[in-house]
Amino acid sequence: MAVVLIILGVVAVIILFIIGTYNSLIALRNQAGNSWSQIDVQLKRRHDLIPNLIETVKGYMQHEKGTLETLTRARTQAVDAQSVAQKSQAENTLSNAIGRFMAVVENYPDLKANQNFLALQEELTSTENKIAFSRQSYNDQVLALNNKINMFPSNVIAGVFHFKPESFFELEDKSQKELPKVNFS
Amino acid sequence: MWELIERNKQKSLTLFIAMGACLILLGYMIGITFFGEGGAFYGILTAGAIWLVLSMVGYFSGDQILLSVSHAQEISRDIHPQLFNIVEEMKIAANLNAMPKIYVMDESAPNAFATGRKPERSAIAVTTGLLSRLNRDELQGVIAHEMSHVVNRDVFFMTFSGIMLGSIVLISDVFLRGGRYSTGSSRRYRSSESEGNNGQAVFLLIALVFAILAPLLARLLYFAISRNREYLADASGVRLTRYPEGLASALEKISSSNVELNFANQVTAPLYIVNPFREPAERFIGLTSTHPPIEKRIQILRAMMHSADYKSYQSAYSSVTGKASLIPAAALNDETVPVKKVISEPPEKPKSAKEQMREIGDLNRAVNRFAFLTCVCGLKIKVPPDFTKSNIVCPRCWNRLENPFSKTQSKTTLNP
Repeated sequence: MAVVLIILGVVAVIILFIIGTYNSLIALRNQAGNSWSQIDVQLKRRHDLIPNLIETVKGYMQHEKGTLETLTRARTQAVDAQSVAQKSQAENTLSNAIGRFMAVVENYPDLKANQNFLALQEELTSTENKIAFSRQSYNDQVLALNNKINMFPSNVIAGVFHFKPESFFELEDKSQKELPKVNFS
Repeated sequence: MWELIERNKQKSLTLFIAMGACLILLGYMIGITFFGEGGAFYGILTAGAIWLVLSMVGYFSGDQILLSVSHAQEISRDIHPQLFNIVEEMKIAANLNAMPKIYVMDESAPNAFATGRKPERSAIAVTTGLLSRLNRDELQGVIAHEMSHVVNRDVFFMTFSGIMLGSIVLISDVFLRGGRYSTGSSRRYRSSESEGNNGQAVFLLIALVFAILAPLLARLLYFAISRNREYLADASGVRLTRYPEGLASALEKISSSNVELNFANQVTAPLYIVNPFREPAERFIGLTSTHPPIEKRIQILRAMMHSADYKSYQSAYSSVTGKASLIPAAALNDETVPVKKVISEPPEKPKSAKEQMREIGDLNRAVNRFAFLTCVCGLKIKVPPDFTKSNIVCPRCWNRLENPFSKTQSKTTLNP
């Protein structure tokens, strides 16, 4: 009788372990998906900020038509990009365009004193940071998920239920890995 | 990161049980000395009841109490967009579901704390002194540290520990003060045999010793846990920002300020980023301090040269303090996480004291819903919400401006 109880107890523990591990795998995968969509949210936010930015500076930067046009074009390309490869390419181009635009802004002290521009600059800085952090968060989630999938004993459960390790978000352009801090004081 | 949270939950359960046992024991001792052999049950019951009431209060309204005691006011995105953005960035990095509420306290001492038993319902408060002194990176480091407290369930843990400690202190305090008189009288009127009397005397002695020791032990335990939690929050914070130098220079700036915080006490102190009590004596008594020494924290952060993950923090911690395990082994599995490289920025212009005061004043006014008007002559006029006269006259150029708070405005527009 006691043996039967012990066996039942062990079986119960194993079942609980399986349920617990499966649930945490699902939770981790969902969190990774959530982080991925967060990246898109921030990228879209950047797209929306740029027209506003260009409007604000147009009056001051009369002679910088070239830079403004490059920025507008980069933005349009980023909005229109479809496939994942196209998107990441377009976003890189846009980041570079914004960087060059900000370097040009340094030459206009009037602009730097404009309250509207300062607010927009803070928003842009913040959006760049948020894009970086959302990518970072996605990578962290993927790391946690992959660890759980690959390590013992949860890899057994992962194998049974066909959980696949996800891939990290990597920037195409290696120099972009050192994301510059956007700070213009 | 998850391993830390799991470990935290396990530790809190163990502590819960240990301190609960302490509490029950205390109740048992006191019950016996008060009521004799049968009184043990009543002692335990009373101790349990006290603890339960305190827990309910602490659990359900702890953060509200803390916020109102600190005179913190909630702010929205419009009032301080930079702070709001920084908190939002950290929320994304920590993958939180809900945005924490942000509060500002009007204090010139730089400090910050976080409350919230669940990440979905958290709040972060900073002082105006902190906002005026730190730049964006440093502020981000501080916010990341505070958020880590919430994410690692430190607040949950420390709240319960604090309540346990409070219950033990309360019960032993009451016993030590009032118990002696009633045990004397109960012994006189009780008709028990001599062995019973001796037994009770022994129990009384044990109970007294226990009542004196228990709060001391509990307090030491509480402070040790609190110090560990601070290091852990530092580690988690820099893992979020990937920039240890930010938090390090923020701590430096905070420690060099000598102003003391007004609304803090020994129990709420662990929730602040830096020990709000600044007497030099507190710094040397390592065991009874709620925070680790700031110098050590800065040293550890600056020793993290190349990576910002837990392994790097652990090795820096060992090399600075000489102690081994801070972070549970399960959390050291991560890959190396690189530190963010920062392009050297032009040195910031230090703000003059007048500019700082003006910024703080404007922030306070915005929080209290002042209206900001700019006259044609360039003067900025700040109108309090309870000023309802229909017109405002500029003190510099005598120009008349409309008062947005005036009640007569709507009446005049209705007239045909």
